[in-house]
Amino acid sequence: MKLGIPSRIFKVFIIGITTLYLAGPLYGMIDFSTKPLGNEGGRSLRAWKAIGEQEDLMSSISVSFAIAIIVMLLLFLLVVPTVIWVHLRLPKLRRPLELICLLPLAIPGIVIVVGIAPLYRWISIHITESPISLAGVYAMLILPFTYRSLSAALALVDISTLAEAARTLGASTMRTIFGIVMPTIRSGIMSGVVISLALVLGEFTISSLLSYDTLQVVIYLLGREDGKIAVAVSLAALLFVFGILFAIPTTKRQRAILDADIA
Amino acid sequence: MSTSAYVQLVNLSKHFGKVRALDGLNLDIAQGELVALLGPSGCGKTTALRALAGLQDLDAGSILVDSKDITFVAPNKRNMGMVFQAYSLFPHMNARENVEYGLRMKAHRSSSSNRKKRAADLLELVGLSTHANHFPHQMSGGQQQRVALARALAIEPNVLLLDEPLSALDAKVRTQLREEIRRIQLEVGTTTLFVTHDQEEALGIADRVGVMRGGILEQIAAPAELYERPLTSFVAEFVGLTNPLPAKVSGGSAEVLGVQVPTVAGSITTGSGLALIRPEWFKVEASTSGNAKIFAVSFLGSTCRLTIDLADGARIRVQIPSAEASNLGIGSNVKVTLKSLPVFVKGV
Repeated sequence: MKLGIPSRIFKVFIIGITTLYLAGPLYGMIDFSTKPLGNEGGRSLRAWKAIGEQEDLMSSISVSFAIAIIVMLLLFLLVVPTVIWVHLRLPKLRRPLELICLLPLAIPGIVIVVGIAPLYRWISIHITESPISLAGVYAMLILPFTYRSLSAALALVDISTLAEAARTLGASTMRTIFGIVMPTIRSGIMSGVVISLALVLGEFTISSLLSYDTLQVVIYLLGREDGKIAVAVSLAALLFVFGILFAIPTTKRQRAILDADIA
Repeated sequence: MSTSAYVQLVNLSKHFGKVRALDGLNLDIAQGELVALLGPSGCGKTTALRALAGLQDLDAGSILVDSKDITFVAPNKRNMGMVFQAYSLFPHMNARENVEYGLRMKAHRSSSSNRKKRAADLLELVGLSTHANHFPHQMSGGQQQRVALARALAIEPNVLLLDEPLSALDAKVRTQLREEIRRIQLEVGTTTLFVTHDQEEALGIADRVGVMRGGILEQIAAPAELYERPLTSFVAEFVGLTNPLPAKVSGGSAEVLGVQVPTVAGSITTGSGLALIRPEWFKVEASTSGNAKIFAVSFLGSTCRLTIDLADGARIRVQIPSAEASNLGIGSNVKVTLKSLPVFVKGV
């Protein structure tokens, strides 16, 4: 449909305002992180170059990524198959499962910390002191977002018939879930992954209160010493997640699935 | 029970709450035979097919294929090819990969080149060799169902199960694909169970048609026998058009419209009843003294359908060759009698 001139102006206006709203803070971060100190003239990439020199920062980045990878594995091997299983075989449990998955959104972070602090104390004494153990609590925190995107994707296609077709062709239940259902709802899984990744890399409350040095905690500590480096790291992390977000639906097959979902 | 039966459904029962989907169903299918199950919604035909596929558990009864009891065998171990009513191609695979899928799942996997060759052969069989690289969303509904048929046949199934595979297609494609399914089934020789609510589809494709009601088979017979010699009034009325006319029965024959005709088994044996007469069993002659009047005429090509009001006020539908209808117009007086064919008479 072709838009009239007033509508087009309105469209450009809305897009312009939205872009400014989103790009403004990013510009502010670039500006601040490259501003010279004191009376030095010109722009400086000192803060960006210094990122690599911060040992705490580097180790916290690798820790946060390790946590993210474990959370993704738990998502793929546990959460996704469970949601699919309930959807296919135990439809009566869909509502209770949805309720359980939404709970982490309803319970404030501080309450969760109070609840799990004794458990983590026990873990740090008896199992490991590594922040990687945070993957357990993060896998729970991502449930509301992954559940919603998975159930939306499952509702778009006739998963039961596809699963039955795979079964009659000789596929076991596991092969049906991993080989047929998961690729079919890949768009839903991927959006769950992106949101989860953003959440894991950006989580501060729980890791800080449990005294683990994750990326956000280190950025916060760094910000108290050198704000410019902290802002440069924040911006880099943000751009990284953006990059993943835009990189996801690129291959031909994923487009085919997205088209099929819409059709 | 026939010993030559390849598939045997013995006393199958399944209740969903208070609904009896299967109520002691017995059905035998010979090897290479195509049996259609026909019936109204909720008669249990799809439940029976899904039970044979292993997708529906049963309250009682047993299922035998090739004399082996498979009642408790998982669906992925039964080697049944199934085509569903809803489009069921895997959306992330192209046509060839869909057809190959069942071969890849088999315990003794064939080599990649063998699989490719078999998929190519089957796509050719269903007339879609040029669509091997197309994804489901790039194909029409009819093409998707053909690929689904190729996919089901690729695993050389013990039984091919067709669950209303044509009902989502438009009329023309439906007729074409129906004929193609029959051609392929005869060519491949796979024992087939076809479920449909469309009597034309069932009569046009099957070696035998089973009419189901309330979870049991009312009658199973060759299409012509089912049409000409129904055993129950439900079958007579469900399969094809019938005109109910008053009849007096005695000694194995009935008097209908003043004509004595034999009755079929299952009819009442004495007294008054309603004879169920097919539209093409009437004889119509133009006659000024005739006690019936033509209400409407529809020309159907080689045949003509007449709607006729009888003297007693009953309105009947009659089908005669167009050549015999040339002098019959709306409002003409006609004399209506019957050909001497056996009829079903139900009690009133």
